[in-house]
Amino acid sequence: MPELRNFTLNFGPQHPAAHGVLRMVLELDGEVVMRADPHIGLLHRATEKLAENKTWIQSLPYMDRLDYVSMMCNEHAYCLAVEKLLQIEVPLRAQYIRVMFDEITRILNHLLWVGCHGLDVGAMTMVLYAFREREDLVDAYEAVSGARMHAAYYRPGGVYRDLPDRLPQYQESKWKSAAQIKPFNEARSGSLLDFLDDFVGRFPKLLDEYETLLTDNRIWKQRLVNVGIVSPERALQRGFSGPMLRGSGIAWDLRKKQPYEVYDRLDFDIPVGVSGDSYDRYLVRMEEMRQSNRIVRQCIDWLRQNPGPVMSDNHKVAPPDREAMKSNMEELIHHFKLCTEGIHVPEGEAYSAVEHPKGEFGIYLLSDGANKPYRLKIRAPGYVHLSAMDEMVRGHMLADVVTIIGSQDVVFGEIDR
Amino acid sequence: MSAKLEALSHNLQKHLGDRVKSLKVALGEVTIEVDAADYLDVMQALRDQPELSFEELIDLCGVDYSTYGNVQRVGGRFAVVSHLLSISHNWRLRVRCFAMDDNFPSLPSVTSVWSSVNWFEREVFDLLGIVFPGHNDLRRILTDYGFVGHPFRKDFPISGYVEMRYDPEQQRVIYQPVTIEPREVTPRIVREATYGNV
Repeated sequence: MPELRNFTLNFGPQHPAAHGVLRMVLELDGEVVMRADPHIGLLHRATEKLAENKTWIQSLPYMDRLDYVSMMCNEHAYCLAVEKLLQIEVPLRAQYIRVMFDEITRILNHLLWVGCHGLDVGAMTMVLYAFREREDLVDAYEAVSGARMHAAYYRPGGVYRDLPDRLPQYQESKWKSAAQIKPFNEARSGSLLDFLDDFVGRFPKLLDEYETLLTDNRIWKQRLVNVGIVSPERALQRGFSGPMLRGSGIAWDLRKKQPYEVYDRLDFDIPVGVSGDSYDRYLVRMEEMRQSNRIVRQCIDWLRQNPGPVMSDNHKVAPPDREAMKSNMEELIHHFKLCTEGIHVPEGEAYSAVEHPKGEFGIYLLSDGANKPYRLKIRAPGYVHLSAMDEMVRGHMLADVVTIIGSQDVVFGEIDR
Repeated sequence: MSAKLEALSHNLQKHLGDRVKSLKVALGEVTIEVDAADYLDVMQALRDQPELSFEELIDLCGVDYSTYGNVQRVGGRFAVVSHLLSISHNWRLRVRCFAMDDNFPSLPSVTSVWSSVNWFEREVFDLLGIVFPGHNDLRRILTDYGFVGHPFRKDFPISGYVEMRYDPEQQRVIYQPVTIEPREVTPRIVREATYGNV
């Protein structure tokens, strides 16, 4: 009788379904996974070490590059931690802008997730629709910060600048006539808030379209239902957070339980799953997009009625106004000190977490009173979720590994840091 | 101090007693320090005691205190800092534990208490070289295969020691000593507390 041995398969790091550079060593018995050993760190850039050698403000753009699908949420956690150490107040308008962009970011993240997850398990059309809507939202990113992805828009003390009154327009070219570009420019003729208002008006209908494609789709359900079940007890043991925890039936959301910024003034619901499988996590994320849409709408209404400052007036932290800087010695000195030496953060330590689209994203800062952090630790939700990979895929078929990676919503920028 | 933090500090004193070396409440967060000898017991009690019930370990990281405040330190170089979260009571706690020996830092592993700590302890071992007896899979995790050293120690240069490139003569990828000079654009400055009247 021939000796039977388990088969070891190398998955990734260049596999399209690995969502980046995940290398997994899978031990297979036939087509059943007996053990999975994820090898991470192929995208390790030592962000935390770099931050120790940069001033507080210089390391902010690195935050965008952690989870490069939900950029502004990462900045948010960092800014909250620095503000906690400095004990400064952020103007209310800046808080609303941050919340609005956090929710835009959540929609951006979940749209990319549903597109790519669909692509992984065989629903090719989803990615095209999802990217159509993402286009409008990254335009909103571009309008406020000038960058479509790595915004660096949130700053300790507020946000970089107020929302713009006009958006860039599509121009007539030899390929597109004036009549052809007119419908494209219709929503862009007003301010950014008008543009977003138009978006939140049509987005629920588009979500319904996605759901018709997926929710009751037989193939989709065959691939997702009962795959990667995590019980609530194991989810807590494994340190899950965000949609992964809510998918397992635990109603835990930092926006409700430990509200930061203005979430306690807004009206929204928290979707919770029942069985803790990939399909429930899919449903939770779809519902989260609807709720985010609601929050964005409430923020738009508030922001329309309440103009005001968007940056703290404490010039030890936030740079002074450009105009004032050119006529006033005091402001000039502040600007010079900020740009050469940076902020001085009092000695102490702080941990700030936000409800990131993927879970709890936390920043632990340790300051010894210098102009640079003494230690920065990034608590990335994906890192914790991926560490449960072995437990989740055990006993599943090889094809289900792809579903589980997709339903964990991993991004390697934040896992490898 | 809010009522919630007060209740938490009270419960900590009540259930952990003098195993808590210090308890500090600052910026709305509670930090306790424990001895390495009590570390595992304390962590177990923090999870299992119903009046504390920290079901989730959110984060665990290592800190190298050797250049803290730009002064030379004696003893207690490496610490492990963990952040715990209780879903049922909705409170957080930070636990700090210094490793005894600076030359061979070691702390008991808490993988038996929370499974989520597995990769966090691997990361601390990889980046700072703190070993965790009781951890069943203490391999490097973030750095390259075959990496030498612990890069998050303060005496490890930011540019590292080796760089990698393709060598056309040998027709393979080789490692060589770094060719870039380390430079510091903005120097690190610790000002006195009253600087600038803030």
